[in-house]
Amino acid sequence: MGRFLVNRLAQSAVLLVGVSVIGFALMHLAPGGPLAMYTLNPTVTAQDIQRIKVQFGLDQPVWVQYFKWVAGVFTGNWGYSFFGGQPVREVVFDRIPATFELMGSALCLSLLIGVAIGVLSAVKRGSLLDHATAVAAMVALSLPTFWFGLLAIFIFAQTLGWLPAGGNRSTDGGGFLDALRHLILPVAVLALVLVAQWSRYTRSYMLEILNQDYIRTARAKGLRPSRVLVNHALRAALVPLITLGGLQLPLLVGGALVTETVFSWPGMGLLFVNALGSRDYPVLMAILMVGAFVVVLGNLIADILIALVDPRAKITHV
Amino acid sequence: MSDLVVGTLPVAAPPRRHASRRFFRHRLAVLGLVVIVALALSAAFAPWIAPYNPDDVDIANRYAPPLSLGHLLGSDDLGRDVLTRLMYAGQISLSVGVAAMAVTVIVGFAVGAFAAYLGGWVDVALMRLTDTMLCFPSVFLLLFVAAFVTPSLASISLMIGLTCWMELARVVYGQIRVLKSADFVAAARMVGAPVWRIILRQILPNVMAPILVAATLNTANAILLESYISFLGYGIQPPQASWGNMLTNAQSDFLVDPWLAVMPGLAITLAVTSFNFIGDGLRDALDPKMQQQ
Repeated sequence: MGRFLVNRLAQSAVLLVGVSVIGFALMHLAPGGPLAMYTLNPTVTAQDIQRIKVQFGLDQPVWVQYFKWVAGVFTGNWGYSFFGGQPVREVVFDRIPATFELMGSALCLSLLIGVAIGVLSAVKRGSLLDHATAVAAMVALSLPTFWFGLLAIFIFAQTLGWLPAGGNRSTDGGGFLDALRHLILPVAVLALVLVAQWSRYTRSYMLEILNQDYIRTARAKGLRPSRVLVNHALRAALVPLITLGGLQLPLLVGGALVTETVFSWPGMGLLFVNALGSRDYPVLMAILMVGAFVVVLGNLIADILIALVDPRAKITHV
Repeated sequence: MSDLVVGTLPVAAPPRRHASRRFFRHRLAVLGLVVIVALALSAAFAPWIAPYNPDDVDIANRYAPPLSLGHLLGSDDLGRDVLTRLMYAGQISLSVGVAAMAVTVIVGFAVGAFAAYLGGWVDVALMRLTDTMLCFPSVFLLLFVAAFVTPSLASISLMIGLTCWMELARVVYGQIRVLKSADFVAAARMVGAPVWRIILRQILPNVMAPILVAATLNTANAILLESYISFLGYGIQPPQASWGNMLTNAQSDFLVDPWLAVMPGLAITLAVTSFNFIGDGLRDALDPKMQQQ
């Protein structure tokens, strides 16, 4: 296990270095460079731009800036927002809890519903339920998330007035119930795509597993069908499902961004879209890195979980 | 990640006749094909069959509801005909989908094929790049680039293609790793065929099936991405219509005319669902081994 862990950690570190290089290169390849916004402003003179460049260290060679930025990441200095001048770390960290609240709720909900649908349609293979969920899942995967979110707001917030149209808390505070009411629509919208994916994958894994000899053996021994399903079949499906959880992360993070912009959910996604409008490179870069970090970390955790559940993975995955 | 990634051994391609019969047996895929052909035709012939000019402003008839006289699907905040604009927007959205797919296929195939065929440090460098790119949630990357580039049909297609090629590269990589040691490839190498020729003439025809499936699903995804960045204002710019930017004002106009929010979204959903069903049908038809039970 030790060697496996070290190996996987090294791989993740390499990925993160790659991610930071690509992100940094993109930022500097952008037309006009990181100060493009200022050159459009007629009241800002060439001297001003030169002064800002020196102030932010943008006059130095790109590789020097890169290493300074990396050093900053480790010492907690993530630079300052071009827009407002607050420390980037604070700006971004303020938004992380809201995003995790949204992603975590959607992930848990979709896992429960998706796996249940997948198991049911595998057991009742070929039934009306199986066909209906297959078509429904395909349509759900094809819906533009932002449009579905807009419709949900129109119907449940603006027309019926049952739920709030956006944000994660009422302005006058409010307790747990208030937070829950704000969660319902965005989580439902974000979870829809995930439910579709979980159900499709669970179904195909379960079909494969239900044909295995040891399931037949368990049935032949006279075990209750529900026991065979949960203790034997579902347990075997755990490994591919954990892998899928890891692989699904970019989709989850990307979906959270879209959902946040539609519901004005004060998380990293909304911050990203706002920062795009003001060309706030340090903030954009930081969010890009946090997003990629979540994905890399998620895959690492998935691999470790699999190694714990299935000892064979340690050998094949190293 | 689709189940395509699971590297199955490339099997001898079944006779094409059987593949097309299997495809046409997949009813939803056929329905998808019909819908796509209809959408493409109505978009392509929009200048001749559309009832109005897409930029004809008619302030007297703003916010006409669907099925009203003269406006089958209603009119928008400037009195422009929604059906007409949907047809013209289809030109843009479908072209972006197909063009982005072409970029995805070319880049993905090139990366996957060279990495797998050449091996060594090329393999390591290209596949590490693929892994790294996969860490970025693609929407973030796309928006980051889109915000700095002057939007046009070509630039948007290029950007979507360049942020979505990774999965296809992995599919191609997996397939070619296996094919590389096949006898007919070794034979081509022995008669001295150059690498690019072996890849294009010997290997490409044998990995066509998974590429075709991935390309179809990629088109669906590209249409979704275009609609989202246009909705946020970083894609196709008004007054030119795209399905995405027709929704930009939907939120503020909802209380006046909810239909303006419904129609473009339906068009997107219809196109994307159809491409996804076609991809599903192709997968079943081209590779019986991959078929989901």
